[in-house]
Amino acid sequence: MSSTMSEKILARASGNEKVEAGDIIIANIDVAMTHDLTGPLAVESFEKIGVEDVWDSSKIVIPFDHQVPADSIDSANNHIIMRKFVENQKIKNFYDVNAGVCHQILPELGHVVPGEVIVGADSHTCTHGALGAFSTGIGSTDMAMVFAEGNLWFKVPETNRFEITGELKDNVYAKDVILNIIGQVGADGSTYKACEFSGQTVRDMSVSDRMVLCNMAIEMGGKTGLVEPDKKTIEYVEKHSNKPYKIFKTDLNAPSLKTINIDVSDLEPQVACPNNVDNVKPVSEIDEEIDQVFLGSCTNGRISDLRDAAKILKGKEIAKSTRMLVIPASKETYLKALDEGLIKIFIEAGALVSSPCCGPCLGGHTGIIGPDEVSLSTSNRNFKGRQGSPEGKVYLSSAAVAAASALEGKIVAPE
Amino acid sequence: MKGTAWKFGNDIDTDIIIPGRYLIYTDEETLSKHCMEGLDDKFSEKCKKGDFIVAGTNFGCGSSREHAPIAIKGAGISAVIAESFARIFYRNATNVGVPLLEAPGITDLVKDGDEIEVDMSKGIIKAENGDEITFKKLPPFMLEILEKGGLIEYLKNKRE
Repeated sequence: MSSTMSEKILARASGNEKVEAGDIIIANIDVAMTHDLTGPLAVESFEKIGVEDVWDSSKIVIPFDHQVPADSIDSANNHIIMRKFVENQKIKNFYDVNAGVCHQILPELGHVVPGEVIVGADSHTCTHGALGAFSTGIGSTDMAMVFAEGNLWFKVPETNRFEITGELKDNVYAKDVILNIIGQVGADGSTYKACEFSGQTVRDMSVSDRMVLCNMAIEMGGKTGLVEPDKKTIEYVEKHSNKPYKIFKTDLNAPSLKTINIDVSDLEPQVACPNNVDNVKPVSEIDEEIDQVFLGSCTNGRISDLRDAAKILKGKEIAKSTRMLVIPASKETYLKALDEGLIKIFIEAGALVSSPCCGPCLGGHTGIIGPDEVSLSTSNRNFKGRQGSPEGKVYLSSAAVAAASALEGKIVAPE
Repeated sequence: MKGTAWKFGNDIDTDIIIPGRYLIYTDEETLSKHCMEGLDDKFSEKCKKGDFIVAGTNFGCGSSREHAPIAIKGAGISAVIAESFARIFYRNATNVGVPLLEAPGITDLVKDGDEIEVDMSKGIIKAENGDEITFKKLPPFMLEILEKGGLIEYLKNKRE
């Protein structure tokens, strides 16, 4: 009875002995997350359903991260709607404006463990598969259904397993690997597929790096990103969570499994060029001056990213023509960066450091770019208008490329 | 259903359909004014009730924002016809009552501004020149959800 880990997790959650890709099943939800931007629509739909209480107030997690602190009366009103919902429904896991980006704090504060089914009203919910959970993004109406019933229907996905081998060269990171993969398979190269990341390169990666891979599975259309739990996963989970967990692994002869071999030993630093995430080129082919650098987001706003960038920026000065915005992904990340002296390095280099939030990633809050401006961002999307003006341009890169480029005022690889 | 086809390319993402700065709004009317603003800021003025969006592959890729199909619905679009769709968008559109018709070959058949005709029950799209293309008919439960205007209305109706 060979199955993929997605099939095994969905079988467990739907009370079936076995499910196969293509089956339509109803799975019980272990964690349901919505934030300040998708939450108000979910609450509105939940209230229309007419059910009085949510199915389980301990399984819902509500962080504020997109418009924090509120930047307009409309945002403040959305926060009020959500705080009232939290109070009325006695939601235990509520994180107000001071906590950080949802996909960072969910694992950090112990809400994610292997074998769970996690849904979030945010497409980058696929990040949490890095810990061996089946985790996927849904819309607000589906979230309202989960609030009411505690379950949701799914079509069991097939799996694309990216078998990644080869030792990464200096200054090449998980971000370069995932950008390269998306460039190869295309923006719809894994539509409705679970994207598993395996191979020696992934086994050698930290949990943070694995989160980078899984975070961007959606950028090739993936239903979720996944990494098989190992010693590093268990260490992380036991340090951050006291929830019980179950480890599932993929049988390599599972019929719904397609393996794609990726050799990264010769990989150079990569960037995704405007206006699509699959428009990927090596940094060496790019000649572009930049107005703004954003270091942060649920993709690359972790302590390891801040360390990589600080190493490059230490004692140096950001180009006069460029501004740099650093946003640690969570309170814990911010505190660590303070302790390690990283924040001082950023400020002395001329960067601005802001409190944890999604920042300019989706062009709705701070650090918005104007017409003809060029942004280099460690986030996950570079769609037209993503960070502000539709006439602006967004490039995506690793934290190291972002830092090196900030010093030069143009896109360059670190030396 | 008859209407004008507004044609777009491949990989039309949800930031094009409704840019991030409008996600603080939840009402259909406000969102509809900014529908497709990422590519065409006059779209909501040009588009008439009953018109269609015709697009290439991977329509609706990107974020899970349900604001995107709500904006399309509010703009009066009666269906989106594309070569293929991204998965979260597909689910969200059905849930808010926007029919999505997957019709491989549609971009070769239809030009921007063409008058086209869609027969939902037969699964046929008729182009301006009279040529026809079929799409996979939607299952009865999905047609019922769309007819009621979305999943919540459908469920409420079933309970009553």
